[in-house]
Amino acid sequence: MLEQIEGSRAVAEVIALCRPEVVCAYPITPQTHIVEAIGEMVKSGKLMNCEFINVESEFAAMSVSIGASATGARSYTATASQGLLFMSEAVYNAAGLGLPIVMTVANRSIGAPINIWNDHSDAMSQRDSGWIQLFAESNQNAADLHILAFRLAEELSLPAMVCMDGFILTHAYEQVDLPTQSQIDSYLPPYAPRQVLDPQDPVSIGAMVGPEAFMEVRYLAHARQLRVLELIPQLVDDFKQVFGRDPGGLLHTYRAEDAETIIVAMGSALGTIKDTVDEMRHEGHKIGVLGITSFRPFPLNLVRDALHQTRRVVVVEKSFALGIGGILSTDVQMSLAGLNLPVYTVVAGLGGRAILRKSLHQWFRKAEQDELEPLTFLDLNWAVVNQQLMREEKVRRSGPAAENVLRHIGSVASKIA
Amino acid sequence: MPFQPIKFYQTGTFTVGNRLLNPEDRSVQSHGNRSNSITSGHRACQGCGEALGARYALDAAMEATGSQLIAANATGCLEVFTTPYPETSWQLPWMHSLFGNVAAVATGMAAALKAKGRSEVRVVAQGGDGGTTDIGFGCLSGMFERNDDVLYICYDNEAYMNTGVQRSSATPPGARTATTLPVGPHPGNVFGQGKFVPAIAMAHEIPYVATATVADLHDLEAKVKRAMEFRGARYIHILVPCPLGWGTASQDTIRIARLAHETGLFPVFEAEHGIQVSALPIRKQLPVEKYLKPQKRFAHLFGAQPNQDIIAQIQALAERNIHRYGQISPEKS
Repeated sequence: MLEQIEGSRAVAEVIALCRPEVVCAYPITPQTHIVEAIGEMVKSGKLMNCEFINVESEFAAMSVSIGASATGARSYTATASQGLLFMSEAVYNAAGLGLPIVMTVANRSIGAPINIWNDHSDAMSQRDSGWIQLFAESNQNAADLHILAFRLAEELSLPAMVCMDGFILTHAYEQVDLPTQSQIDSYLPPYAPRQVLDPQDPVSIGAMVGPEAFMEVRYLAHARQLRVLELIPQLVDDFKQVFGRDPGGLLHTYRAEDAETIIVAMGSALGTIKDTVDEMRHEGHKIGVLGITSFRPFPLNLVRDALHQTRRVVVVEKSFALGIGGILSTDVQMSLAGLNLPVYTVVAGLGGRAILRKSLHQWFRKAEQDELEPLTFLDLNWAVVNQQLMREEKVRRSGPAAENVLRHIGSVASKIA
Repeated sequence: MPFQPIKFYQTGTFTVGNRLLNPEDRSVQSHGNRSNSITSGHRACQGCGEALGARYALDAAMEATGSQLIAANATGCLEVFTTPYPETSWQLPWMHSLFGNVAAVATGMAAALKAKGRSEVRVVAQGGDGGTTDIGFGCLSGMFERNDDVLYICYDNEAYMNTGVQRSSATPPGARTATTLPVGPHPGNVFGQGKFVPAIAMAHEIPYVATATVADLHDLEAKVKRAMEFRGARYIHILVPCPLGWGTASQDTIRIARLAHETGLFPVFEAEHGIQVSALPIRKQLPVEKYLKPQKRFAHLFGAQPNQDIIAQIQALAERNIHRYGQISPEKS
């Protein structure tokens, strides 16, 4: 049923329909509305047979999920930013143990400097953890991906993370077609664990593994990740049959058929990028888009198929590997090995900096002329940066960088546009 | 041939020979049908107090629950020496996740069982002192304050033994560890630091808190069984001497544990809902030297010129514990 609904609420409604049995909550902006809504549904009795636990940290949230999942319960939690980093040890552990926990990451930057706004740094920090990572483009997409995530995770005994942009999606009211309980029940069978702690059939889980077997165990986890690439298209077909729409598969292209320039991106920025591309297409530019939903596993071959006939690739990413540059673009370049295609990395939208159509137009046009540097930063204020660099050169005790920058800019609140 | 009197009681303790007790009062370990939760063949050191304590505790918990028990284990000696896979000592469902999260993992298990309507299956969490009083303390306190239905057992050997005997917040003052060496003007672990988690557990007002040592295994079993009569968060803190880390002879584990109690350094008691309800009385209080001297970790306090100042400070701690936890009944003192 179509509803005008907040992204967080839509996700919470869908999670509840997926019949989770243990849900952990530790508040962190911008994840809070999701777990608040689930807590309300458990307390009111709308969501039954579910334990809702207010834990003392994100590390505990993931650890409780680990214990619950290993005891055979469908387990869910949500976090963001510092919270994801704080639970990182348990995030890796859940994947290593092969426990199909589903977690929403309401993407937010990582401090210092502390910043509550959206980028993808948090999810990127866990990209090698062994979790499936799916990035949502819209709130409909976020809701649908959670249903797919439970099915996928439980089928393969792997944890899955659904990444949705903090505030931009979590706090946005959009039209979302919410599924019915019977639709979900027909798509998502009850959780049948591969491994479970049960007094009727005692097993030991979590033994120490030495050099004689560690590589094999790690490889098996990789092999399960690769299975995701085969399974998602099948599960998407099932999904279409039950729900009548596409939940977003591994990736999708937009107006890319004859494109000489293809923009690659993930998450909600795809909306702005597609609008920009529409405008440029209208003016006759041969430009298109590749949106990636499954960042882990990364569909190397499909990305290569989608890009190999174009003349240049521009990766617009909300993440930044300090000391080298892009993260998504590194993976994109790996998929293009040997093709000699120029790949331009555009780091954009860090810490909630708005990604504006006006700026994208500039950047994309430059790219079309092959005048873009390999690594650029959308709308970076060079005057501020250079002033601080000069200050550091001149004065030994130049003071904290973030505070200097803010003093230079003056009190303009969050100048995001 | 000289006359040899038969002793029905071990001297110096209240431990009663098992055969003299009514069958229902006999220890779980003496039953042929004990569950052997941690079965033989594990890799613990000779004289390991933790292996002994865990075996008695878990078998008692298994009996109390009709073998409907799941265990979560923190990283540490107990985890490492019981699961040199493909061998495992565990005869019950058992899981190890991380060093600092065992209380939370157990919370998850209990929540899953509740959600599935399997409340007859109970959950026990186990960790060493490092996993309990230091790195796992946040999760432990959270589990306590939410009153999650978990029995948490801390096997306290007073340092990080698995990594090579480093100081924990349960290491006693004066003790030598690899990170509190007996050098400089204040040898060994400093005074005025550390924490006694049973008291902190009591401050959470959880249904049941108890301490025990591996010297009195009957007492330990009784406390585990008592703990299983409650729902909600329960905590048992067991002193388990470590021959390797303490520098004691492997055959002395039980004797050393007994001396820890008899000197007053380790108080043995029970508390319900934050109030102490029982104490294991010291039959004959001994000076702390009796406990310290057999342990190489305190060797720097003795020798040609014993460090009377430090020994006196440790004696003062023993007196404080005896007073605070009523370890000597008033009519005796």
